[in-house]
Amino acid sequence: MGFLDKQFSDGNIVITSFEDLLNWSRLSSLWQVGFGLACCAIEMMATSASHYDFDRFGVIPRPSPRQSDVIIVSGTVTLKMALRVKRLYEQMPDPKYVISMGSCSNCGGPYWEHGYHVLKGVDRIIPVDVYVPGCPPRPEALLEGLMKLQEKIRNHTMVKKSA
Amino acid sequence: MKPEEIFNLLKEKFNDKIIELNTSTPVDPFIVVDPLSIHKVCFYLRDDNQLQFNNLMLLSGVDNANGEKKTEADGSTTIVGGTLSVVYHIESTILKHKLTLKVFTPRENPEVESVSEVWRCADWHEREAYDMFGIKFLNHPDLRRILMPYDWEAGYPLRKDYKNPEFYHGMKVPY
Repeated sequence: MGFLDKQFSDGNIVITSFEDLLNWSRLSSLWQVGFGLACCAIEMMATSASHYDFDRFGVIPRPSPRQSDVIIVSGTVTLKMALRVKRLYEQMPDPKYVISMGSCSNCGGPYWEHGYHVLKGVDRIIPVDVYVPGCPPRPEALLEGLMKLQEKIRNHTMVKKSA
Repeated sequence: MKPEEIFNLLKEKFNDKIIELNTSTPVDPFIVVDPLSIHKVCFYLRDDNQLQFNNLMLLSGVDNANGEKKTEADGSTTIVGGTLSVVYHIESTILKHKLTLKVFTPRENPEVESVSEVWRCADWHEREAYDMFGIKFLNHPDLRRILMPYDWEAGYPLRKDYKNPEFYHGMKVPY
């Protein structure tokens, strides 16, 4: 049930549940950490640019993890970088979400066997909400991933903590 | 100038520090130099009027894997003895000629003189060769790992008998 369904015909009054309001406001302004790792970051930047326009979903890159809601892990997570990614994630305020973008960040990608320096999936260090497959994923795929995350947030409830 | 002529020049100046000229490979002929004299040879190559090698195009480490291979109980191999080598590709942008140099150094104690005083760009190339092969460059200004984490203790990844660790800072490394 959408947020704007229950509307009085006159006056500036909207009736909704607090939970819906909270979820709606969260999902409508997902500020991302301004952070990119590899070639996926180029696609992420293309998604932010005018043609695909991430901003229409309320996604704005923030220069500090302390002001961010979502981290898009866009690229190969090396073991050296993994410690930094984890620290960035820990610095974000709750509620925080993670989008794993691309094969490398999902499972190690082409480095899965001989990549002595690659973490085989960012989910080994931080909990991932949405995995976006592709190498690199097209901007449409990333947008789809973001909408999946919004769907997930829309169904959050305070009563029962979702996994 | 042809490699043969350069070899003769060097041989005259450094005699036993210049080990051989190899022309039998299908790639460019190369001159083998003593690892502890390479910096002197390179200074000469850079500063001599006939040579003027002012550009180091590439410096890379190589694991020759020519030692004795031993198979461990877990199926992995280790290599004992043999050599590691460093390859230098240099060019003169003034005289338009190129040259390949090689040094061979024992695997157990790989020590090569640094040429970072000769060509400043060798600094990071040598750090990479150190990082990947464990070749120690003597008199290098800042010989630290450059790509792998500073606290990487599992060895040198591009050696043929390298074994990746099971865990790094609590993170599982294999797939």
